[in-house]
Amino acid sequence: MLVRPKEGLLDPQGQAVQGSLRKLGFGVTEARVGRVVDLELAASDPAEARAEVERMCAELLANPLIESVEIELVEAE
Amino acid sequence: MRPRVAVVAFPGSNDVEDAALALELLGAESTVVWHGDAALPEGLGAVVLPGGFSYGDYLRCGAIARFSPAMNAVRRFADEGGLVLGICNGFQILCEAGLLPGILRPNRQLEFVCRDVRVRVEHSAIPFTSRCEEGEELTIPVKHGEGSWYAPDDALAELEERGQVVLRYAEDCNGSVADVAGVANEQGNVLGLMPHPEHAVNPLLGSADGALILGSLVDAARDRLSVSA
Repeated sequence: MLVRPKEGLLDPQGQAVQGSLRKLGFGVTEARVGRVVDLELAASDPAEARAEVERMCAELLANPLIESVEIELVEAE
Repeated sequence: MRPRVAVVAFPGSNDVEDAALALELLGAESTVVWHGDAALPEGLGAVVLPGGFSYGDYLRCGAIARFSPAMNAVRRFADEGGLVLGICNGFQILCEAGLLPGILRPNRQLEFVCRDVRVRVEHSAIPFTSRCEEGEELTIPVKHGEGSWYAPDDALAELEERGQVVLRYAEDCNGSVADVAGVANEQGNVLGLMPHPEHAVNPLLGSADGALILGSLVDAARDRLSVSA
């Protein structure tokens, strides 16, 4: 799952990264920094797995006030 | 009567002793509660969640501490009208636990800020600021990297209207929305603030203004216990 600072919200970390990239000569107009959480689940049904991850987000992994979440499901090999 | 006030120690809390000592100096009997304790001591007048870096600030500051057994007890205590004060990391924990509105984010300047700041008392009708005058400016130190309080505009407007914004920075500190330094719940029995009143209880420390806040808390704890006694 990807956790990002919500659109329009001040992201000082992203600003610092943008500033540094510009100093290196890269023409970056915006940078936003979030985090990735990799989870392994034993669930067999994708819908069930998604619902469970959504509950995890609501209870712990993200704060809906400031963060948006994107869930990506990949079948284990 | 010396009212009993609990200070909750989480792994990574580092202001437990300072808070306990300041409360003792101000007339309370302080008792330290370990985060793994599922119950708070009997006959408690108030609870303080101290500053520090509980659980290493992993994930988000305060996000993990809120699941500790002691926090369930603190939540029950607050639900029954008990007085709960969260200082710095304690404020972050109370926001993550949903006991206080908003959330604390990384400082706008991305720097750890560690200095005395002036904060204005916006409301003195709640137990935590009864020794203060409305509009009074206090000098109290801050020391945090993630103290920039945030709530959406509509939520902030409601908080302002209900008088829940109790303390405001009187100078630029960390990029907090509306310069909020301390906010209370709707009932007024839970307060969180980023400045550290326990580090300002004696002029030798540079300021004794923090004693006005902790002293107010001790007064209220005493009143509460003498009513129930």
